[in-house]
Amino acid sequence: MTTVAQVPIGTKHRSKGGLRRALRSARTTNRGRVGLGLTFVVALVAIAGPLVPGQDPTAFAAPPFTPPGAHSGLLGTDVLGRSVLARVLDGGWQLLIMAVIATAIAVALGALAGVTAAYKEGWTDALVMRGADVLLVIPQLVLALLLVSAAGAGPAVLIFAVAISQAPQVARVIHASAQGVCERDFVKAVELWGVPGRLVITRQVLPNLVTPLSVECGLRLSFSIIMISGLNFLGFGVTPPDPSWGVMINENRIGLSTNPWGVTAPAILLGILAVGINLFADAIARANLGEAAAETFEVTSVLPQEQLL
Amino acid sequence: MSVGGTVQPANMPSIDPVTEDAGAARPAASTPHPLLRLLSRRVPLGLLSIVVAAVIVYWATLVLPGDAATSILGQSATPERLAQLRQTLGLDEPPLQSFVRWFSGLVHGDFGTSLTQQRPVWDVVEPRLLNSAVLVLIAAVLSTIVGIVMGLMAARRPDRLTDTAFSVGALVASALPEFVVAVFVILTLSVGLFHWFPAISALPPGEYVWEHPDKLVLPAITLLIVVTPYVFRMVRAATIEALRADYSEVAVLKGTTQARLLYRHALPNALAPTIQVVGLNLLYLAGGIVMVETVFTYPGVGLTLVGAIESRDIPLVQFLVVLLAIFYVTVNIAADVGVLLVTPRKRFPR
Repeated sequence: MTTVAQVPIGTKHRSKGGLRRALRSARTTNRGRVGLGLTFVVALVAIAGPLVPGQDPTAFAAPPFTPPGAHSGLLGTDVLGRSVLARVLDGGWQLLIMAVIATAIAVALGALAGVTAAYKEGWTDALVMRGADVLLVIPQLVLALLLVSAAGAGPAVLIFAVAISQAPQVARVIHASAQGVCERDFVKAVELWGVPGRLVITRQVLPNLVTPLSVECGLRLSFSIIMISGLNFLGFGVTPPDPSWGVMINENRIGLSTNPWGVTAPAILLGILAVGINLFADAIARANLGEAAAETFEVTSVLPQEQLL
Repeated sequence: MSVGGTVQPANMPSIDPVTEDAGAARPAASTPHPLLRLLSRRVPLGLLSIVVAAVIVYWATLVLPGDAATSILGQSATPERLAQLRQTLGLDEPPLQSFVRWFSGLVHGDFGTSLTQQRPVWDVVEPRLLNSAVLVLIAAVLSTIVGIVMGLMAARRPDRLTDTAFSVGALVASALPEFVVAVFVILTLSVGLFHWFPAISALPPGEYVWEHPDKLVLPAITLLIVVTPYVFRMVRAATIEALRADYSEVAVLKGTTQARLLYRHALPNALAPTIQVVGLNLLYLAGGIVMVETVFTYPGVGLTLVGAIESRDIPLVQFLVVLLAIFYVTVNIAADVGVLLVTPRKRFPR
């Protein structure tokens, strides 16, 4: 039985500096550097943006969809005549925080389920992984939409919904990698000494999954950003006067021909952010897994898939 | 519990209880055809998945905030009408009972009545379903063709200019959110640079999208940009791998032409991952249409679902999500059957 997402495990990451080394090797590549740079620029805008003085994201500046000018600011005004620049500067930090938390929860839950299933084998394995398969039957965005509309559209619910809808996918990817590690001799040896399963998992198995885990974190982060901003775009998770890049793209669409900045500014920032994170995740995968394995790993972890045969 | 203790870890990599039974009962001589074995495992699991999906939707729509009947009829509704609606919605029943009633209706082809449109759910969904199917089909077919062609072009000379350009382009395109791609497509082809196609794909009621092909263009291009990269990356990786394999080297040493090497030796071996990724793309499209249809107000399943969730049209939401789940399961099984059929190694196990 073969899985496409199976990642060959080298002996590279047995030591404790595995994570640092995985990240450093990614930073030495061009892709890694570009990715990190792009991510950094957008993160800076999102985090430092609200601190820029004299920018009020909810105040009236000039008539709706005024092109850039002296009164309307550097990027003109939006659908309600508010400064696009001020709203762009203030519209990213919430997204960033929510995406990071959602990713952390999704990867933690997914990795826990995937590794435990791979280690325990037997019924636990079958139950957990079939459970993940079943959850994946509903498209992730639709599942998140359902959860958000069922439980209210507050930030906590949004984070939870995005995390829950991504966790099965993480579980599946990490499970495939963990199976290879769990079969290896040093794990079996430690097991024979009578070390409890919890310790075997945390001390022996997890350190050998640093690469797939960090790639997964990167890909999930960019997906969380896409999903959260997408849900915002659809009108979930943000209360109206608050700015958010997803909301801005939606509400300023009708003014696309008079002041395109209301849409393009947040769209460009979102795009750069997603591409930057993705490039960096790709660099980690390539530097540590080799090109071919990285390619299959990424394609399969982005798209839902079932194990073949 | 007792089973857990008797599992032999080494020789029985237990994947699925169903196969274990099949494996245990299997006499050495008459092995069932791998295709049958695949189906006998995946079809029940798929059906189970659909049922679980139905339970999830039902639960999610049941706990929708507020009293569904009040939110549908408004505050000024008479108590009689409220009571009547509660009864039709099954709100006065215990949850399990109402679920069973709804689900058996679903199985028997009674999908309920749309609350906002006061028509059978199927009448509401059918035209939208056809519209979405056209869009998804166009995107899937074109992305497969474009992805394979670009993948082969890139794989022929890895790390040269074409390959690098395509690869970086694919990485960027696959990372972008669908609605961001859509915005830039609108900006280039509809309101900014060129004014070729309408940015809004809304249709007059009762008409289908193929009667207005110009409204199909922008949503299709958007989906194409979003899903082609996956086909491209998979074809490229699989072809490069096949070209590096021993059999390709032998073929080169025997003096085969470049074209023959690519189409006769590498491509058939890259076919299985390609079928898989096309299947995956279809699944991705099932979710992707939600965003893209909303951006373009394209009258399809995705837009209908978002609208139904917003207007709390519970029967419509329930049916659409179950429909998406059925689509997922079907495509998934079909893709695996396809992979099996093009991989002789799997079809005739030793």
